[in-house]
Amino acid sequence: MILTKTREPALMEIHGLTKTFPVRQSLLSRWRGQPVRKVQALTDVHLSVQRGETLGIVGESGCGKSTLARTLVRLYDADSGEVRYEQLDVLGLRGAALRQYNRRVQMIFQDPYSSLNPRMTVGQVLREALSVHKMRPPETQDARVQELLALVGLPPQAAGRLPHEFSGGQRQRIGIARALALEPECLIADELVSALDVSVQAQVVNLLLELQERLGLTVLFVAHDLRLVRHLSHRVAVMYLGRVVEVASTEAMFTQPKHPYTQALLAAAPTLDPSRRTAAPAITGELPSPLNVPSGCAFRTRCPHAFDRCAVERPALRTVSQNGGSGQEVACHLYDPASDPARALTSGLQPLPAQVPQ
Amino acid sequence: MTGVPVNSGDAALTQAAPQRWGSADAPLLQVRDLNVRIPTPAGELHAVRGVNFDLKNGEVLGLVGESGSGKSVTLRALLRLHRAPVKMSGEVSYAGENLLTMPESRLRSVRGGQISMIFQEPMTALNPVLTVGDQIVENLNEHRNLRGRAALERAADLLDLMGIPSPKARLADYPHQFSGGMRQRAMIAIALASEPRLLLADEPTTALDVTIQDQILRLLLKLRSELNMSIILVTHDLGVIAQTCDRVAVMYGGRLVETATVQDLFRRPLHAYSLGLLQSLPGAGQHRRPLQPIPGGPPNLLSLPPGCPFAPRCAFVTEACLGAEPPLVEVAPGRLSACVHFDRLPPLGEAVSGEEGAR
Amino acid sequence: MTVAQLPPVVAAPQANRRRWPKPTLLIGLALLLLLLVAALVPKVLAPFSPTDFDYEAILQAPTSKHPFGTDNFGRDVLSRVIYGTRIDLQIALFTTLFPFLFGTLLGAVTGYLGRWSDALVGRLADLVVVFPFLVLVIAIVAVLGPGLTNMYIAVSAVGWVSYWRLTRGEVMTQKKAEYAQAGRVLGYSPSRILFRHLLPNSVTPAIVYLMTDMSLGILLGASLGYLGLGAQPPTPEWGVMVADGKNFMATAWWISTFPGLALTLAGVTFSLIGDGLADALRPRA
Ligand SMILES: Nc1ncnc2c1ncn2[C@@H]1O[C@H](COP(=O)(O)OP(=O)(O)OP(=O)(O)O)[C@@H](O)[C@H]1O
Ligand SMILES: Nc1ncnc2c1ncn2[C@@H]1O[C@H](COP(=O)(O)OP(=O)(O)O)[C@@H](O)[C@H]1O
Ligand code: SF4
Ligand code: SF4
Ligand SMILES: [Mg+2]
Ligand SMILES: [Mg+2]
Repeated sequence: MILTKTREPALMEIHGLTKTFPVRQSLLSRWRGQPVRKVQALTDVHLSVQRGETLGIVGESGCGKSTLARTLVRLYDADSGEVRYEQLDVLGLRGAALRQYNRRVQMIFQDPYSSLNPRMTVGQVLREALSVHKMRPPETQDARVQELLALVGLPPQAAGRLPHEFSGGQRQRIGIARALALEPECLIADELVSALDVSVQAQVVNLLLELQERLGLTVLFVAHDLRLVRHLSHRVAVMYLGRVVEVASTEAMFTQPKHPYTQALLAAAPTLDPSRRTAAPAITGELPSPLNVPSGCAFRTRCPHAFDRCAVERPALRTVSQNGGSGQEVACHLYDPASDPARALTSGLQPLPAQVPQ
Repeated sequence: MTGVPVNSGDAALTQAAPQRWGSADAPLLQVRDLNVRIPTPAGELHAVRGVNFDLKNGEVLGLVGESGSGKSVTLRALLRLHRAPVKMSGEVSYAGENLLTMPESRLRSVRGGQISMIFQEPMTALNPVLTVGDQIVENLNEHRNLRGRAALERAADLLDLMGIPSPKARLADYPHQFSGGMRQRAMIAIALASEPRLLLADEPTTALDVTIQDQILRLLLKLRSELNMSIILVTHDLGVIAQTCDRVAVMYGGRLVETATVQDLFRRPLHAYSLGLLQSLPGAGQHRRPLQPIPGGPPNLLSLPPGCPFAPRCAFVTEACLGAEPPLVEVAPGRLSACVHFDRLPPLGEAVSGEEGAR
Repeated sequence: MTVAQLPPVVAAPQANRRRWPKPTLLIGLALLLLLLVAALVPKVLAPFSPTDFDYEAILQAPTSKHPFGTDNFGRDVLSRVIYGTRIDLQIALFTTLFPFLFGTLLGAVTGYLGRWSDALVGRLADLVVVFPFLVLVIAIVAVLGPGLTNMYIAVSAVGWVSYWRLTRGEVMTQKKAEYAQAGRVLGYSPSRILFRHLLPNSVTPAIVYLMTDMSLGILLGASLGYLGLGAQPPTPEWGVMVADGKNFMATAWWISTFPGLALTLAGVTFSLIGDGLADALRPRA
């Protein structure tokens, strides 16, 4: 099953991960025998995460970023596919083994308001995490709580307070402290700072950078803010309608995007330079409904380069260059040597103005 | 505090800013000493504290600031949309009349007629039980006196202008049958049916995806030049400001603290808060290096410190900042700032001004 | 950059603002105190024995000696009302406490587990609510025989459904909240997530309903007493007293009216407390 990679063994390997959500149907349509409709949230996702790296995952809303994050920590059950974490078969874990895995792979949630129990003080929240996993003997737990608060830059008195007494940025720090209480190896951060103001965002981002450095964490950084992902990630994966369409080193992704969607996405992101304005939008058309994903390449309804093969065959993720050492993988027929040679480009596609957000 | 010429070398660039609507015109909208007070259980919240600005014909003014800084409250006050017990005072003069004191009946013809507003969440602003066509026609009836076929045709034209395919057929659709981006377009179509002179847009793209946001912003700019209207765009996204606006007003703690053309602001902010905002953005520094956050959080409007409201978070604060609240004054031609030390602020880090170098 | 250089964190502004209970809760609690005194030490308040007959003073209208008048056996109505408090509070408590405990617990478990357990209990609940509440209770008491204990059993067998519904719905909502999912990602056991996190955040509606239900419980006890299926004479119970007095309504209105007012007062007390609790138990945000 597992594709053999020549690189050093990855910390986490995701193969062919697929997840659908059935749509609630009226009794009438069920009685009429209409087929059950499904939201195609993840389709045949392949990814690997190296130990110690930050892998950015970007894409527009509804493209499956959160579903991927939640499936990896087993909040959702995948339809099919495989996830390997070191030797563990993650999707097969049960009971205590699953709880042990969850200790090692922690997730931080997007919404700093709803991800904390409104009735527990910060101290109770942290102590609970410590005692459930027996991270510390009871008599040293209070000291550890103080250490954790200091680690995320919260004052010692914070332990006695309830979540509603904190600002959004502070709550996000509490969420980070709770995850760190379990001394995880891997953090999955889903839109960690999206709900925060820019000035506060930077505080939390710095905290994450520093902790990662200090504790050697592997981070999956899920976000829609390209500027932030570019700043933080070693490698980036771009998703579109439940599929990974391009994976590359940050450098390669932002300077030589290869997939037509990546190019459009980068061009659409507003840059901070007022003198670089364009009159025409980077890309026209709307995201298709995830209930009705186009056949073949999901992007073909908006792609300026679509050709006949795109409608019939789903392009697989293939390595197209060794950019940045780790290889640049793209799922697009343009880069397939087997395509019509007139269309296929083996490298260096620059059909769209490769305007790159800074 | 006299005006000091700031980076005069950039004069050429400043003049390259869109000047199609000539600054000699009388302003379309003049806001003077606008105040909004909201009674709350914990005391009176002075949410907008003496805001002044002018808006020129055909100008796109960006209103930017942190959450809770008073952007939306300001915008709603311009159309006197707050209800008692919220108190508004000051002057919003539009075509020589004060919107804050004119009779309700007169105001109704201005609202939606000469000045339209669009919101962040289109689904809550559209009526779910009326078709999109009905809602556009309603506005045409009310403000353009168009009825029947003529109104329907105009409505279809408007949807077409918004870039909605097969507009005639879509008129019969209900809002829930539209996707998020299309709803936002429909809402803009309704707002523009009356051919307003001024469009107030409160975070019109915040709920949208970046490719759709890009489309809507370009559409707004196209409409601005085709219909010659002015726009006030509220957003917290500096990228959106840079890509859309002619002039920017930075808001902090219920006040405007700096106004400038976009080029000027992004080249050299003259208020410590604007500078802090721009410097805190990722991309200003090197890959994976720490960012430069503004310490602390937004001020509590119920207990503002005396003097400059930004002082507790400001790296340049001195005694001079702590006495009276610094007023918004002209510090360079066409530039207003409420920072005592505007002339001592360092230029933006290399990376932001010299973008190419940052890659 | 080290942690020491992290920007200072401003203290949250609303940190130390205490929330005072609403006046309704305070009034409710004051009234409850009064009821409790009457229930625990009726001797102190009541001028006469509730059961002693006084054939000299039959059917007397309220006077300074008998402020609530006397009944057809010459018993002092005020004293009977005061002595009735204990039994009626007991009825209020026992007709609701068991349904509350049972229904809430079951609601929490099936709301969390869902699937077949939920479907099974749902069917059972449907079965119970097909019949009008009172009819079902009467039927069960009729089978078990009259008396308070059997009444409690009957009411518990029927009354849990409301609590189950309320708590189940709330738990189903709460389990989708991110803090509950965070618990799963933190590797917490299902029972911890359910009882430590979800239940405290889901039990408020049931508690508020419990208060309303207590007034209904007293009325139910009264109805059953009236039908002769609840408290047995000569126990002073408000419902039985109202029933006994109904024959004299035209000539001696006080016999039914004062116990009726006592019932109302108890009902108002519980409603006030319920209302105040709903507010006090809401998590601050
Ligand atoms: N109806 C209201 N009652 C009480 N306070 C209010 C009300 N509306 C706004 N405020 C307060 O007024 C201040 C300014 O709010 P406003 O909505 O204008 O902020 P904003 O700049 O638009 O923020 P955002 O970016 O989050 O939309 C805030 O402190 C807010 O809490
Ligand atoms: N619990 C759920 N039930 C049904 N559909 C869901 C659920 N979670 C996500 N989806 C759908 O799956 C798709 C991917 O969603 P998500 O992973 O949340 O996207 P993203 O995080 O990239 O914005 C969307 O179409 C979304 O509506
Ligand atoms: S596979 Fe075809 S449609 Fe898809 S991105 Fe490539 S060229 Fe466009
Ligand atoms: S006035 Fe002083 S405190 Fe305020 S922003 Fe300027 S330098 Fe900072
Ligand atoms: Mg998401
Ligand atoms: Mg707002």
